Amino acid sequence: MNARQLKQRLMMNIDPVLLAALGGFALVSLVLLYSASDGNLMRVLAQLGNIAVAFTAMWIVANMPLHYLMRAAFPIYVLGMILLLLVMTPLGVNSHGATRWLNIGVATIQPSELMKLAVPLMMAWYFEKNEATLKLRNYFVAAILLLLPVALIAKQPDLGTAILIGASGFYVLFLAGLSWRIMIGSALAAAASAPFLWSALHDYQRHRILMLLDPSQDALGKGYHTIQGMIAVGSGGILGKGYLNGTQTHLDFLPERTTDFIFAVWSEEFGLIGNLLLLGLYVFVIGRGFIITANASTYFTRLMAGSITLTFFTYAFVNMGMVSGILPVVGVPLPLISYGGTSMLTLMLGFGILMNIQTNKKLVKT
Amino acid sequence: MNRYVELKNHQREIYYFRLRLVLSLGFVVVMLLILLLRFFYLQVVRHDYFHTMADSNRIYVVPIVPNRGLILDRNGVVMAQNYSGYTLEIAPSKVADMDALIAELSKLVEITPKDIKRFQKLLTERQTMGTMPIRSQLSDEEVARVSAQQYRFPGVEVKARLFREYPFTDMTSHLIGYVGRINQNDIDQLDEDDVASNYLGSDYIGKTGIEQSYEKDLHGKTGFEQVEVDAGGRAVRVLSRTAPQSGSNLMLTLDAKLQEVAETAFGEYRGALVALDPTNGEVLAFVSKPGYDPGLFIDGIDTETWDELNNSPDTPLNNRALRGQYPPGSTIKPFMALAGLFYGTRSPTHAISDPGYYMLPGSRHQYRDWKAGGHGAVDMFKSIVISCDTYYYGLATEMGIDNMHSYLSRFGFGQKTGLDMEGEVSGLLPSPEWKNKRYQQIWYPGDTVSAGIGQGYNLVTPLQLAYATAILANDGVAFQPHLIREKRPAGGGAVMTEPKQMFDLKIDPENLKLVKSAMEAVTKPGGTAAVASYGATYRMAGKTGTAQVIAIKQGEKYDAKKVSEYNRDHAWFIAFAPADKPRIAMAVLVENGGHGGTTAAPIARKVMDYYLLGKIPQPLPVVTGKAGDQSD
Repeated sequence: MNARQLKQRLMMNIDPVLLAALGGFALVSLVLLYSASDGNLMRVLAQLGNIAVAFTAMWIVANMPLHYLMRAAFPIYVLGMILLLLVMTPLGVNSHGATRWLNIGVATIQPSELMKLAVPLMMAWYFEKNEATLKLRNYFVAAILLLLPVALIAKQPDLGTAILIGASGFYVLFLAGLSWRIMIGSALAAAASAPFLWSALHDYQRHRILMLLDPSQDALGKGYHTIQGMIAVGSGGILGKGYLNGTQTHLDFLPERTTDFIFAVWSEEFGLIGNLLLLGLYVFVIGRGFIITANASTYFTRLMAGSITLTFFTYAFVNMGMVSGILPVVGVPLPLISYGGTSMLTLMLGFGILMNIQTNKKLVKT
Repeated sequence: MNRYVELKNHQREIYYFRLRLVLSLGFVVVMLLILLLRFFYLQVVRHDYFHTMADSNRIYVVPIVPNRGLILDRNGVVMAQNYSGYTLEIAPSKVADMDALIAELSKLVEITPKDIKRFQKLLTERQTMGTMPIRSQLSDEEVARVSAQQYRFPGVEVKARLFREYPFTDMTSHLIGYVGRINQNDIDQLDEDDVASNYLGSDYIGKTGIEQSYEKDLHGKTGFEQVEVDAGGRAVRVLSRTAPQSGSNLMLTLDAKLQEVAETAFGEYRGALVALDPTNGEVLAFVSKPGYDPGLFIDGIDTETWDELNNSPDTPLNNRALRGQYPPGSTIKPFMALAGLFYGTRSPTHAISDPGYYMLPGSRHQYRDWKAGGHGAVDMFKSIVISCDTYYYGLATEMGIDNMHSYLSRFGFGQKTGLDMEGEVSGLLPSPEWKNKRYQQIWYPGDTVSAGIGQGYNLVTPLQLAYATAILANDGVAFQPHLIREKRPAGGGAVMTEPKQMFDLKIDPENLKLVKSAMEAVTKPGGTAAVASYGATYRMAGKTGTAQVIAIKQGEKYDAKKVSEYNRDHAWFIAFAPADKPRIAMAVLVENGGHGGTTAAPIARKVMDYYLLGKIPQPLPVVTGKAGDQSD
């Protein structure tokens, strides 16, 4: 196999357009992380490692026969649920008032991260399986499949992940053709139950929501994240303060600036122009996702591709909305850019599935 | 058939799916627009606001406290200075359990119960986000110990800064005063004066004495540094700097050595001495005994020491020279004599026959002379030399209280001298109007009689009496008493204080000559202060006086041995020298000192010896003359 053949083999099941965009994100992530971490090269290298692992995982999934994925949907979901339940046992690791991790001896893992893919996979598989005889009952079952893990995750508490998984499952339901009547009815029911939901929220979650309404109320306490994020974004202006010149970033005022608030760093240093470019990159990836979704050949692949694409958008929207102060701080990283291996891996696995679907659009066509 | 239906379903399904996909796309677009609008709002519409917020986040304006001006005597001897040292300070706002913290700290540095009490008093006096000193003057070793363990004590800091020091301690406490930590009252006052911004970062402000009166000159102008800080408040770099401007150095009119001589001359006595240069109003010595250690007040005094000072029967905190009010006694007589001559009530040669008492016409009440049996024939000259009371009883009655009040006010009695030190009181020169207003009582002829010898309602401060003496010594030409000879601003260029002539009484030279020569005779054999001036090589003029502390009943005789120490008479002596061309004029008060001639006059002598001859005083021979010769 010569180099050209190797390249051909490697790129065989890879969507070059999507790959280029994802490479763009990787570059942005490394460059921005260098600034956000105050020139900490170790941090950048670690992220480079994360990216390498994630891209490899993407390649593997993209090259996997699609039916493996379908066959794996149920076992993965069950495994994920078991792990989620185990988190609630003494095996769960508590940190900062939340029990999200599981000690498996050699390392701690976060089962909810696995569920980000397992839930839409399971739901899409379930709909595919019942495609011929789809009834209202099936939507109900799918909703249960969604709400069980979401409830468990919200209880940890991990509002950010719960919202993202809830959204990914909802997209599957929506694209699977859930009737408008039920959606509107549920929305009304949710609005009616809001006061009860409020009382079920944790104190810190309530505070975060209250602070969203008026972050200045507690500028040094609960509102600090939001205020400093907004100051960073707003002070960036149109052109930004320039790379490595963000005062909010480099003088330590921005909390969590390599992870959840990394968008504030971008905004401060590159301004509105930078934000437009970054949004453009997201729109490009999402657009590509929509095209792949529209061309997907089976029920399962359509639902899966649509859910992955829309969830990716939700990810980005929730993070930017939270940093710019229109959403509560719920702890969602900026997809493909924030420092961290787990979310990067999950996202890239999703894109691997998306590429796989793109590859298989004609093969499975009936 | 079956297959057809399925196919159709499939196409419909795809159609519905794509419809929903388009709806999703619409949702995505709307959400993106919301984000874009938000970015536009934050980064364009409200950019200025957030830009300012970011700057105020990162830029701190740090005041740089100016060095306080020094206080020097007229010869450059330092009377108040700064030295750099370390304090251990605690930021109360960052400490949860203060007692536990102090207990821990005292394992590293010595913290006495007094320090703790003082610190606790400071805490109640001023709410602050900053730090409060608990220990000052840390040794290098202590600094090292605390610094090494600082991580254990959030809110604890070792600060290097300038401290105020008063080398003469209690000797100049009433003159120099002291600085103390700025309290709420000071802050309110600074706000009112609109100078609060100049005190950002300043911890101290002049509280009494020169430190208070010349606060504006001594403090200097605060500088500023714009520093960039990180979220932890650590300075990252300096953006700009405006240097502070040190306070002016002040050169006093005072002579430190003379002050020391005067201070020492008092020995164990309480009292006050004010010496002026009659030709220009310069204050040469300003003594109030006892004093206190002004250093105690700088970082707040603990309650115990404060109570001790405040409740002491010796009242060391009382500035006697400035605020002590005493009956002038017989020291008023030279001024009364001048008044008598001025109004023509007495001619120089008119002599009375003194039986040892005076009776108002139509009354049998006897106003006694200090000498039982009287002095025989007494003219004006002799009345001063021997301090004849009977002479002045009659003079006062004939002159009348109104003339008396009018003439004596010319010498500044009953008014503040306007010395450049805050807190002066005015004394009291009584008049019928005053008495009516104060007591709703009419003025009795008897009031005039006692006023004639400086008793009754009359009250003077040592400063006032020194001023009146200086006016007399300078032939009626008055100069404003003042303490500052020269201001030396940090920028260079000295500003001398111009002597300020207040008025010229234009006293008839003949009258002056008579009174002054009589005062000179007071210090000669036969005079009431003869002993104190024995052997003086210059011509000295003076007048003794006694201020009664308790009234002696009619028919009783004052006997110093029978009254407790604090109820004994106060001794006065006013003096100037050289008599023909006075260069120094003063008033000396010795509390419970008895006779002016024995206790007060020797102090004046020592001060004059030093001032005029440069002579360091030797202990004078203890003189116990007969009472008759030395009474007032």
